[in-house]
Amino acid sequence: MKHSSELSVLDSFASLANEEEAELSLSNGSRVAVVGGGPAGSFFSFFLLKMAAAVDLQIEVDIYDPRSFAHCGPAGCNHCGGIVSESLVQILATEGINLPESVVQRGIESYLVHMDVGSVAIQNQAGEQRIAALYRGNGPREGGESRWESFDGYLQALAKKKGARVLHQLITNIHWRKGYPCLQFADQKEARYDLIAVASGVNSNFLRLLEDMPAGFEPPRTTRAYVCEFKSTEAEILRILGNSVHVYLLPIPRLEFAAIIPKGEFATVVMLGDDLDQELVHTFLNDPAVGASFPSNAVPCVCSCSPLINMGARKRPYADRMVLVGDSGVTRLYKDGIGAAFRTAKAAASTAVFQGISEQTFRKNFWPACQTITKDNAIGRFMFGTTGILKRFRFLRCVILRMAAREQAHTSRKPHMSSLLWNMFTGSAPYTEIFVGALHPGFIGNLTLNFVANMWPGKKRKEVS
Amino acid sequence: MSEGALGKIYTDGEVIIKQDAAGDCMYVVQSGQVEIVQSTAAGEQHLNLLSAGDFFGEMALFEKEVRSATARAVGDAKVLKVDKKALFRRLQEDPLLATNLLQTMSHRIRALSKQLADHEADSR
Ligand SMILES: Cc1cc2nc3c(=O)[nH]c(=O)nc-3n(C[C@H](O)[C@H](O)[C@H](O)COP(=O)(O)OP(=O)(O)OC[C@H]3O[C@@H](n4cnc5c(N)ncnc54)[C@H](O)[C@@H]3O)c2cc1C
Repeated sequence: MKHSSELSVLDSFASLANEEEAELSLSNGSRVAVVGGGPAGSFFSFFLLKMAAAVDLQIEVDIYDPRSFAHCGPAGCNHCGGIVSESLVQILATEGINLPESVVQRGIESYLVHMDVGSVAIQNQAGEQRIAALYRGNGPREGGESRWESFDGYLQALAKKKGARVLHQLITNIHWRKGYPCLQFADQKEARYDLIAVASGVNSNFLRLLEDMPAGFEPPRTTRAYVCEFKSTEAEILRILGNSVHVYLLPIPRLEFAAIIPKGEFATVVMLGDDLDQELVHTFLNDPAVGASFPSNAVPCVCSCSPLINMGARKRPYADRMVLVGDSGVTRLYKDGIGAAFRTAKAAASTAVFQGISEQTFRKNFWPACQTITKDNAIGRFMFGTTGILKRFRFLRCVILRMAAREQAHTSRKPHMSSLLWNMFTGSAPYTEIFVGALHPGFIGNLTLNFVANMWPGKKRKEVS
Repeated sequence: MSEGALGKIYTDGEVIIKQDAAGDCMYVVQSGQVEIVQSTAAGEQHLNLLSAGDFFGEMALFEKEVRSATARAVGDAKVLKVDKKALFRRLQEDPLLATNLLQTMSHRIRALSKQLADHEADSR
């Protein structure tokens, strides 16, 4: 049994801890700053204000971002392929956010997989357009007057409508004063906040500033990608690319993956690989498989960039009064980064409103949502690793093509390979689910059959088209 | 509610879901209008007219019953299908996602209660 004086000491420590914990929560009049007004920042602000309103909590939210999404070209763009995944489109609709015609440039119906051994179109099984191709900013440099708006601008407007203030200022530094985070601006002025959500992505220096903080955040691992825009006419882009994203699995050294995405009068080329340089870009664009599927009269590279892509967080993305959402914290490997920004931003917002803003609270309530993504990424890493094997063996590419083509031609068959390719390329399902699908006896059986059939010389010519 | 760009276009009178059919998805109207009707012994009853942003077919997500009513387009209507699997996968991680659905269902119960009360008052 504990002595009574011992009890009172323990009790007072406990109540002190509770008081501290109680202080580390949002209350009426609390001020929240969001560094970065991309998807993660806007989703965070939108949900924070929506949830706060639901429990009559009055808070102020300031979104800081120097970028204006009304600008054409890189100045108004958060460099990306511009695909909003099937799963995110459905979830947004459930949340009451229906992407409008002014933002969606093309509703995607199918993915065309091009390999050196042939091409196959994988149709959306839902039989409808549930993937959006859009521009994050106001379109490429050569865009001129356009009837479309920026996706990031649209999300920011949603957050504004909920009551967020958007301030076009760059945050140049961050420090702690009496336990509160303070943001510093270019003119050296400072502002103190109760909570800071970092949504600066990985394409600015902001995360480096966090390395010196007590929590010692390390920026995520990154690699460079390449994005360029080809200009043609709307009719020509539609004629050649259709409502399809074209993905390329070609045995070109250093090139992991490439895609061409149709949008209005432009086509966006996205490339991922090791040491992407002009030589590799040219090799890809001159490949016969690319030439056959690409607008012949397009003006090449009217706008291009080499943005960084998040390849994995190194540190837990939270501290007392601070949380990192979207690319600056944890994101999905290669696919559906905007969907991951939505998930982490919403998890952080609900933690802040309903649970608190201490490190401990974020660990308990926000971190599990991040962990779901990081664990799934581990499987994803393995699955993308297998594309290396695929690139090495032409025979395997033929088997995959044959199996997918036959499934697409005979819709009564269970689409084992088509589902795998669809989910891998569109990012519509978690990698774990795709992996489990690949272990299905039906998948393995069909793969084996196609393997054997592909060795039959006469049949091989007939089946692969 | 602003109009959405994605989904599938249904032409005037086209049936989107049929009463008594099995279903494992719900729908969100993106643009145009969708009429909800129910066949009864007394003939076809008009239940609701939905427009952009409205859900229907959500009951099939939560119970294994057949569709309780038919939904068909009034004029051209664009409708987005939300799969049960996609929704439940997210609900596991984010139960708050159900808030919008619960709100809609609660509005509908409120409207039904009012209709019932009006009906009883009329028949008295
Ligand atoms: C080549 C490529 C293609 C991709 N394609 C897709 C795709 O098709 N679909 C998909 O879902 N995802 C895609 N992604 C991933 C996607 O782009 C990111 O996951 C997504 O942008 C993350 O959103 P975010 O808000 O976290 O960061 P960002 O979009 O990077 O936004 C960060 C914002 O913070 C602002 N900011 C930065 N520093 C400061 C500062 N100091 N002060 C104030 N503001 C600041 C920036 O101006 C910017 O607006 C792609 C990524 C790359 C690199």
